[in-house]
This record gives sequence, structure tokens and C-alpha cells, in this order.
Amino acid sequence: MADVITYREAVAEGIARELRRDQAVVCLGEDIGKAGGVFKTTQGLFEEFGPGRIWDTPISEQAILGLAMGAAMTGMRPVAEIMFSDFFAVCWDYLANEMPKMRYMTGGQVTVPLVVRTANGGGLGFGAQHSQATENWALTIPGLKIAAPSNPADVIGLIASAIRSDDPVVFFEHKGLFASKGPTAPAGHVVPLGQAAVTRPGADITVVALAATVPMALAAAEHMALEGVSAEVIDLRCLVPLDMAAVLASVGRTSRLLIVEENPYQGGWGGTVASIVADEGFELLDAPIRRVAAACVPLPFADALEKQVIPTVDSVAGAIRALLAY
Amino acid sequence: MTTPTVAAGTIGASDLLALYEQMAVIRRTEKAAHDLFLAGLVKGTTHLAAGHEAVAVGASAALRPDDYVFATYRGHHHAIARGATPEECLAELMSKATGVCKAKGGSMHLTKASAGMLGSYAIVGAHLPLAAGAAWSAKLRGSDQVAVAFFGDGATNIGAFHEALNIAAIWSLPVLFICENNFYMEYTPIGSVTAVANPAADRAPAYGIPAEIIDGNDVVVVADAVSRAALRARSGGGPTLLEARTYRHFGHSRTDPATYRPPEEVQEWLARDPLDIARARLAEFGVPVERAIEADDRAAQVVAAAVAAARAAPSPDPAGAFTDVWADGGSQWRT
Repeated sequence: MADVITYREAVAEGIARELRRDQAVVCLGEDIGKAGGVFKTTQGLFEEFGPGRIWDTPISEQAILGLAMGAAMTGMRPVAEIMFSDFFAVCWDYLANEMPKMRYMTGGQVTVPLVVRTANGGGLGFGAQHSQATENWALTIPGLKIAAPSNPADVIGLIASAIRSDDPVVFFEHKGLFASKGPTAPAGHVVPLGQAAVTRPGADITVVALAATVPMALAAAEHMALEGVSAEVIDLRCLVPLDMAAVLASVGRTSRLLIVEENPYQGGWGGTVASIVADEGFELLDAPIRRVAAACVPLPFADALEKQVIPTVDSVAGAIRALLAY
Repeated sequence: MTTPTVAAGTIGASDLLALYEQMAVIRRTEKAAHDLFLAGLVKGTTHLAAGHEAVAVGASAALRPDDYVFATYRGHHHAIARGATPEECLAELMSKATGVCKAKGGSMHLTKASAGMLGSYAIVGAHLPLAAGAAWSAKLRGSDQVAVAFFGDGATNIGAFHEALNIAAIWSLPVLFICENNFYMEYTPIGSVTAVANPAADRAPAYGIPAEIIDGNDVVVVADAVSRAALRARSGGGPTLLEARTYRHFGHSRTDPATYRPPEEVQEWLARDPLDIARARLAEFGVPVERAIEADDRAAQVVAAAVAAARAAPSPDPAGAFTDVWADGGSQWRT
């Protein structure tokens, strides 16, 4: 295997490793088989594992998630794909009412070990119904675990944890990262759910990011280094479990916090992170907590318009500059 | 209470007497639930299945213990037919620690996973894809289990019903879709909101699924039809849809008096009470009426004891609110 792998190849590689490891793992979704996925994130799985493990479904998102859940309740470990995270809205009952509540409302009688994978996020000109970052939708539901990797090795390590988890996991794959490259993961690589990574150490400010905002934050940090600012970048990797210990420890070192999120400011996940730091880390802070998030408008189509709405390296660098000047 | 497993056309006198007794237990449990609700001892809501007993008991008789059943919020009869006790069901309704779901589910979510009763679902139609998924799982594992989704006539107009039927057909899944058509979606006659006369059975041909309309108040008819459909599913024949015609003896929920139903219609259906039909069947078998009376007496004792035990049971430990979210037993979501 090459030492460098793309994010999209890492998705297929991570799933393949689990399919080889455990016969209970089975995949279903639209165009995931012979077509290899509309984003080519399941390329090669059908050829290696065949139609008994890789199932092409009709365009029936409720059936996809419902079948995955019924199979998970009866001994399988399904990996279901919802092609775009925007489509969660047509099968939301399963994500909001069924998967996360079944164990609880049966008093622990039922286990739902499944993964719902989805292509998430904007920046590619897909317009308002195919570009949203919807991690915050899932974050509103107690009972769902949420992973959103930022690089190929984490894709492999987190999908392993997600598939092996006995809890339902929503796995966000960022469309804007599919072509990005990084070191591949060694055999047996597993990244535990709920363990953030310090991807760039720094002393002056903590920048908390997730998925595509991680490389954005790193680029902004590099830029600000030219201005003499030492920014620490934290890749949350997961929203549930949420590694607030890592965030609070970092803020303890830097005394400033910027959160960079792609979902709208209104109801975005950064609000939860900010509220916890305000509550439990108030005395660590030397400046207000700031959030760079998407504007509260539907996502426009044209690049010139879309970049006005979602965070950019420039908007992140600008926010770092402003917080350092506070 | 164990249910005999019967093949089509093979129900004998002793089987039928056991099924009759089980129906009597369910009827009395539902009456008890109604009375306890009126007494303020059951909070929230209940959707009673009195009148529907033959569907649950007949189907359970035709299924194996390792088959999977998915029911709706009107599901007390299915829980008991699959092996939940009246005591643990009533305790659940009464918010007691001994409830079948530790008082975390309530009336609408009775579940007895150890008996293959994989839940009662309160979002209409949601569980049809789940049953198809359990059937898919059986197929993937190479077992010959079948899965059954029981649902009301109202569910036939929601998308999940149609998505489930289509995928069950194309993947030839061992799943039975059993509609309990009681002719009312909540307070509205199903015929007034449905494009076809038979809300479930008339849709099945669109998906190439064989369908049958059956008398849902005759436990023998139900057991025979489910037995045939299960055999077909186990042998790789794919899904079957059954539309079992039945009728609620109570309203939709809580204290609904169901005044929207014409009195003559109600009388007609009360005259076709599934317990009366089973008693007539017993007489046809030559079973002395005393046997049925004895079964009724035993059912009365079981339910009276269940009510007493549920009343006496403790409330749940408040700490239980924070258990069973995750597979590790806890609810921690952050560090």
C-alpha cells in the first residue's frame, strides 16, 4: 500500500478492514456497490466482498436506515450510507426517534450497533440542498455518537471505532476533503471515539475545529505565525463523546478560544463548546470566546456567494487577529 | 404463558383452549389498564387492543420463539402474546420499577427482547423497515427466522410502509406485514382518507407481494394464514401481506369514547367478539363449555394477581433516568 492515501480512499480502506475482520459487518446504500459510491468512497468493496456484503438500495432513505437498525438489533453491524447529509431530513425519524432511543426506552434490552455514513459540508458549489454541514442536527439528539474526521488516517481509525461501537454512530465524511491526501494508517489503527487531537501546538490562542475546518484552522495558524502569533489547533474528531477536557486544558495554556465550525452560527455545535468553557473555564479566559461559523442563510450556489457564507482561512485569521488584539 | 406453535390447519382442541385462555388474559389486562387509567394510576396515554386479541394470539401461535415481532403503540396484546407477563406490562404502565422496560418506555413501547418481541413503536409506520431489517439480518446469517411487523390501517398511507414493501419484495425478505385494519385511523374512517378500498391488501400488488384479507377476529383463521405465510418466508418465498379485519372495543386512546363510530357498526362488531368466536370454535371441537369457563377463571386470577403485584411494586430508582443511554450502561456524553 502506498504511504500516502486520499481521504476518499481511506473511507473504503477503513470499511474494508472491518469487513475483513468481522463477518457481521454489512454495507447498504444508494450506488455503493458496482458504482463504488457517487463520491467513490466505496470503490472496490463490491469487487472484494460481493453482493452478500455490499448492498445497493433503492432511493429509500427511510428503508436504508430502518433496515440497518432492524439488522443491528438482530446481530449484524450494518454500515449505512446516506449519500448527502442533507438527506437526513427525509429519514430523520430513524436518527432522532428510533436509533438513539431504543436502548433507553426498553430499559437496556436492545442494542443498536450501527454506523450511518454520510457526505457532509460545502465549498463545492452543490447549492442549498447538497452542501450543508449538519453535524449540529445530530448533536441535538441524546443517544447518537458523532464522528467527523479531518484526515485519511483518522478516517480509518475512527471508522474502525464506529463500526466496533455498540452504540449508533453518525459518521460525517467531508466532501471538501475527499481529494485531500495524508499518511495512511498502519494495520490495526484505531482512534477511540471522543479523543481530540492537538494538531498544532501553540501558546497564544486555542482554535477548536472539526473536519474541513481543521485544515482551514491550520492554514490560518500558519499565516498568523508570520505575524508572530502562536496558535494551537485542536481537532475535536468527535462531537459525541465531546472531549471538553482537551479543550479546557488547551484554553488553560493559551487563555483565548476561537471555535471554527461550518454549520450555521445559529444552533451550531460551537455554541455547546463555548457554553461549557464559559461555565467551567471562565477564569482561564483573557478574552471573549469567539465563533467563526456559517452565516445564518441557506447556502448559495455561486462560489463568489458561498465563500461569503462559510468560514474561510481569511475569516479565521481575521478572528485570531481580533482576539489577540483584545 | 407459553403459546403452542401450530402449523396451518393443525390447531387441535387443546391448542385452541390455550389460545382462548391467552386471549382472555389479554382482554382482562386491557380492561385492567383502562380501569387503572381512570383511577389515575396510569399516566400519559394508553392505546388499548381489546377486540384485537385474535390477531396477536393467532399470529404468535404460528411463529417460533426465535422469530421477531415488531408492534405499534397499540401493542399490549403483542407483548403478552409473545411472552411478556400481564404483571410486567401493567407495572410498566403504572411507572413501576418492575415494569418490562424498567418504567422507561411506558404503554407505547412495551418490549420483551428475550422473547423476540423487539418493540412497540409510536411513530406510525417506522417499524416496518425495522422488521424488514430483521428479516434481512436473518437472511444474511443464513437462519430461517422470520420477522413480523404488525401495524394499523393508518400506517398504510405513510412513506415508510411503501419503502419497506418495495425493498422487502426486491430482496425477497422473510418478513410478514400484518395490518390490523380496525377501520379507523385514530378518529377518522380509513376509507375517507385512502385511495383504495382495502388499505393494505390493495397496495401489495403494486410491489408484487401476495396479499390476503382475513378475519382478524377468528384466532384459527389468523393462525392458519400466518402459518402459511411464515412457511413461505422460511422457504425463501419472500414477504407476504395480511390484512386482518378487526375492531377496537375501546376508543383510540385514553378516554376516547369513540362516538365517531356508528352505534350499529359497533354492535355488529361486538357481536363478533374474538373471544366469542373462539368459544364457538371450542364447541365445534366438542370441548365442554366448562373448560372455557375454567380458562376464564384462571385468566381472571392471573390478571387480578398482576394488578395487585403491580400496585404493590416500588417506583423506579431516580438514578435510573441516567442509565441505558449507551451500551456501557451510562449516559456520559463529554469529558
